[in-house]
Amino acid sequence: MTLAEVVAAALFVGVLTYALFGGADFGSGFYDLTAGGTKRGAELRALVDHSIGPVWEANHVWLIYILVTWWTAFPETFAAAMSTLILPMLLALLGIVLRGASFAFRKYAATLGQARLFGAIFAISSVITPFFLGAVAGGIASGRVPATGRGDLWTSWLNSTSVFGGIIAVGTCAFLAGTFLCADARRSGKHRLAEQLRWRTLAVGAATGIFVFAALIPIQRDAPTLASGLENQAAPLVVTSALAGIATLVLVAVRRFAAARLTALVAVAAVVTGWGVGQYPWLLVDQVTITDAAGARATLEALLVAVGLAGVIVLPALGYLYRLTQSESWSRPI
Amino acid sequence: MLDPLLLVASAADSVSPLAQMALGDDPAGLLPARQQMALSLGWHIILACFGVAFPAMIFVMHLIGIRRNDPDALLLARKWAKVSAVLFAIGAVSGTVLSFEMGLLWPGLMGTYGDVLGLPFAFEGLAFFVEAIFLGIYLYGWDRMPPRKHLLMVLPMAVTGVVGTFCVIAVNAWMNAPVGFDLVDGEVTNVDPWAVLLNPDAFWQFLHMWVAAYMVAGFTIASVYAVGLLRGRRDRAHRLGFTLAFGFASVSAVLQPLIGHLLGSRLAETQPAKLAAFELAMETESPSPLRLGGLLIDGEVRWSIDIPYLGSLIARNSFTKPVEGLSSFPVQDRPPVNITHLAFQSMVGIGTLLMVAAVVFWVARWRRHDLLEHRWFLRFAAGSGVLAVVAMEAGWIATEVGRQPWIVYGFMRTPEAAGENSGLWWLLGTTAVVYTLMTAGAVVVLRSMARRWRSGEIDLPSPYGPEAQRPHGTGAPEPEEVQR
Repeated sequence: MTLAEVVAAALFVGVLTYALFGGADFGSGFYDLTAGGTKRGAELRALVDHSIGPVWEANHVWLIYILVTWWTAFPETFAAAMSTLILPMLLALLGIVLRGASFAFRKYAATLGQARLFGAIFAISSVITPFFLGAVAGGIASGRVPATGRGDLWTSWLNSTSVFGGIIAVGTCAFLAGTFLCADARRSGKHRLAEQLRWRTLAVGAATGIFVFAALIPIQRDAPTLASGLENQAAPLVVTSALAGIATLVLVAVRRFAAARLTALVAVAAVVTGWGVGQYPWLLVDQVTITDAAGARATLEALLVAVGLAGVIVLPALGYLYRLTQSESWSRPI
Repeated sequence: MLDPLLLVASAADSVSPLAQMALGDDPAGLLPARQQMALSLGWHIILACFGVAFPAMIFVMHLIGIRRNDPDALLLARKWAKVSAVLFAIGAVSGTVLSFEMGLLWPGLMGTYGDVLGLPFAFEGLAFFVEAIFLGIYLYGWDRMPPRKHLLMVLPMAVTGVVGTFCVIAVNAWMNAPVGFDLVDGEVTNVDPWAVLLNPDAFWQFLHMWVAAYMVAGFTIASVYAVGLLRGRRDRAHRLGFTLAFGFASVSAVLQPLIGHLLGSRLAETQPAKLAAFELAMETESPSPLRLGGLLIDGEVRWSIDIPYLGSLIARNSFTKPVEGLSSFPVQDRPPVNITHLAFQSMVGIGTLLMVAAVVFWVARWRRHDLLEHRWFLRFAAGSGVLAVVAMEAGWIATEVGRQPWIVYGFMRTPEAAGENSGLWWLLGTTAVVYTLMTAGAVVVLRSMARRWRSGEIDLPSPYGPEAQRPHGTGAPEPEEVQR
């Protein structure tokens, strides 16, 4: 492994973590949106507030980590991707801004009317934002971002790989959120709510699983490099994701929510890692490899120092936050 | 942007032959990128000030509450924490906008210098991470953690405010005085990212911004309580809220002129053209006068009040050393003069005014005059938040416009950093709409929070929660369900 590849791996850890934990926060918007009228959805919306409230900002920082590591370690590809994929990037950014702001506004809104307005913005932007991020991944993975200059503004993200990537992103986010919310509802003693969420999680999980494997067909034609990677070096990950996905559905069906959370994380992690491993050694598929895209060596080394510090400082703190939010005293209403 | 004087100045700049020359063959993405950056950075920086300075104020208020067993202080800390939840959320998302914009607006800068300037941002990301984590713990830890341990959760946020500010400012200082690389035949080589992180200009510029953050947050919060006091809400909580915030702001306002002076005295060496624009010096005069106000029109300085010697004294710490005039720089290397000059002087003027106000308040208090009893002082204090924000924005305009035409001083001109995307005008329009709505949303929500607090509510339950939705009269929770 070259130094550049080590840094790329560190960058990809950020992508993976954002997809899992940031993704679960976005996915909760799906259940918020489909919770029903004000009265029927009250309990679920309160659960969403309680579940993602303490963690969403911390999970959001993974995105900043990704952007900063990308432009520092691989500056030219960052400029190229931002120029080519400007539209999905901006739409994702709009969604991120609207989601974060309206989530905070809704929590402290004074009237039901305001809360409904902010809530609708929060839920809708949560559901659609992952689509654009998935479309960005699809554009890169199908070789549509040139190493220098600017690729096509529209076809770079409106193509079958991107569209499937976007749908899979929306689905995996909602699937993760479903298993998390089921477990949170159970832990805070809301069994009827957990039942309600259970059915929807099963439906979302099954649909997402079908989409993930259906996507393999158009990818053959649209993104041959990625497809060949998925059939070869990433094949074990594809299998893992299928097995973990099925296990999750079974566990949710038999109401083992705490365990289902873990298998859901494994299933989605395998899908995301499958994409990363599948397109290795390309950074921008068919255009430039990780090693060729790297910036100055001294900067890569310095970045690894920053990543190491993150491991020592950020991860324990993040673990502490997660542990608190899962503890009995934090699940209890006050 | 906020200052009517600056509008006049920018009008004067735009008709100057200088600006017309610059319009020649700029890339299509340059002007919208500039406006976009000014809008999104100018908006975010206000919230960033709260992110940097508010935690320390909450910490002190919370500490007073615990140490003195003071229910007023504890309640204020609780309210401030809720306000910070709203402000930090929109601060986090508007900061993310800037991360995207680095690549979207300035592909030339990031493609060429991304690996030179990136490391400080990586450390800033770490700081932001820690801040977001402990924000979550602190906000949701009320009544869920032991009080003393809970209080300690604020401290990491105050520390990361220092680290984060330093790192971001290190990049800006590097743009002003680039180090840590060599340019050989147009190729960037010998990159030393640590030299960028620890560049010599970073420290003073950091101190200037860090203290400014405390001024903005302190005066703004104080002005909220000043309005309450003016409206006759003269309870102890209002006085306590005002005094603590104004105290933070006062210490900062008194230190700031000194820090600003030390930072400014480096300019003659590092960025002489910026200094010339600050001082509206067209010709090199020895000794240089201090030129108050004034505009450059058709190459002539008009309507200024000149105080002899003072320019040399302030800018160069000498009675004789001159401020190098703009005429000694090639026309294509000069920044827009009027906007830089007036923005700089607005900052200095307002900063001085705020310093005087802080000193007057505390001296009067020491002499047992409580200025909170005087409506004229409360009226001034009510406006001090806006003044501090204007001063900070003016300072950013002065330093950023004053660096032009360079984005990396002496190495890359701003047009070289911009892209060819004229579609960025759409982005600017959308951003203006979204930020206006977001501002309106924040104002509506924060005002409604204040209104409900005044009417005696404490916890502000959400109107869509199960509790609020349960029909009246059946208040008891259903057996299986636990009420939140």
